[in-house]
Amino acid sequence: MSAIIELFSYDFFQKALLAAVFASISCGIIGGYIVARRIVFISGGITHASFGGIGLAFFLGFNPLLGAVLFAVMSALGIQFFTKVAQIREDSSIAIWWSLGMALGIIFVFLTPGYTPNLMSYLFGNILTVTVAELWWMLLLNVVIISFFTFFFRNILYIAFDEEYAQTAGLPVAMFNYLTMILIALTVVLNIRVVGIILILSLLTIPQATANLFTKDFKRLLILSSVFAFIGTMAGMFISYFLNIPSGASIIFTLVIIFGGLKVIKSFL
Amino acid sequence: MEPLLKIENLTVGYDKVPVLQHVNLEIFDRDFLGVIGPNGGGKTTLLKAILGLLKPEEGQVLFRHDLRGRKKPIGYLPQVRHIDRKFPITVFDVVLSGSIMENTKRAKTEAKGRVDDLLREMGVADIRNKAIGELSGGQMQRVFLCRALLSDPKLLILDEPDTFVDNRFEGELYEKLRHLNEKIAIVLVSHDIGTISSHVKTIACVNNNLHYHPSNVISQEQLNGYNCPIQIISHGEIPHTILKHHQH
Repeated sequence: MSAIIELFSYDFFQKALLAAVFASISCGIIGGYIVARRIVFISGGITHASFGGIGLAFFLGFNPLLGAVLFAVMSALGIQFFTKVAQIREDSSIAIWWSLGMALGIIFVFLTPGYTPNLMSYLFGNILTVTVAELWWMLLLNVVIISFFTFFFRNILYIAFDEEYAQTAGLPVAMFNYLTMILIALTVVLNIRVVGIILILSLLTIPQATANLFTKDFKRLLILSSVFAFIGTMAGMFISYFLNIPSGASIIFTLVIIFGGLKVIKSFL
Repeated sequence: MEPLLKIENLTVGYDKVPVLQHVNLEIFDRDFLGVIGPNGGGKTTLLKAILGLLKPEEGQVLFRHDLRGRKKPIGYLPQVRHIDRKFPITVFDVVLSGSIMENTKRAKTEAKGRVDDLLREMGVADIRNKAIGELSGGQMQRVFLCRALLSDPKLLILDEPDTFVDNRFEGELYEKLRHLNEKIAIVLVSHDIGTISSHVKTIACVNNNLHYHPSNVISQEQLNGYNCPIQIISHGEIPHTILKHHQH
């Protein structure tokens, strides 16, 4: 127990704790929206496409998260554009952007002279090395997401549930779709450092699946998802620290164990 | 009398392939129009054009001048098979979404009160807090009818409201619609010609173009003359017999 208390006094751990809070809230809310709307794989496409931006940033020598934002937003809008305007089937559009981003990332990293030691932390994340600057960005994102979902809660819910109906009533559905896509892109990128590109889908889906065991109300689902995301992230962090295993993987593993456990318990009740 | 809704020379479709061509139609207050026709003939396309979901390639859909505000005067009940039944939303929130365009605090509060009134009127007050996935077909239709009515529409559009429902509810539904029709106009799409003709006042046959029948009776001669799609659906005498049966 004293080892845990001691842990809280470390600077790196305090930062990781804040990162866990921010990641849980942003992924809880955005993930709840993604899951309810069944656009998990659009989010997967955006996430993986962002790797292209990270590669480009390594190659040209600027901040990798900036590159990731660029590619994530571009692919988010690109998928929408391909599907709605160019009439390409949605799952194909997703696959095109998904694989294009990964391919560009690999090409750029390959062309970058020298060794790129940080690459692993983008692919698999490391919550214990989050920087102060990244924390500020995450805080800002959280403020934006919470405000957006508070002010436009009903509009978001109605569009997510029945887009056609919202459109017949006269809501600016397309604008909301683009805005939420951009928020998804930003959420993905700013949480890459926590669990990594490969694993971020889990923070956007597993806590939501767990929350969905207990509520069918959209607002409660968003809140409960954040709570389960936080529990899983914290527990995963401790396990990662004490067993000395990668934090991203350990967080995901914990999230799945929590989901599986509660699902089994619930089926017996 | 100026019509509630006027469709003039409407050509509309998907990806430049017109599904409906040169359609004209007028809907007046307290009309009860049944829309029939074969699958793929353009019934849903017509509804989508009226609802503003599809842009006309030619012609126009015009509402009466007093109904052209920000808030559309239409209540819409979509085909329930298009609804995601696993979506995490409660019955109360589904119905409340009918007040989507209310933006004053007072109107929003009033809408919440009206949700409970409507659910009670429809006899489903007890499922208020249930998730949408827990409902039966009849309950779903009632809930979506409540949503369509929440905004106090002048025109109610129903896309096959008789699917997934039991006979008892079907009877209740048409009774309810007859009552509503004392105040508002109704457009009802169905492929059940027998049912439709015994409840509606007028009929529109939609099959790439539109033939309007100013009564709920269609004679064999008219069908032959129009090359009406009923023949295509029914391949024979049976539906016509049903239609004639209601002539009195």
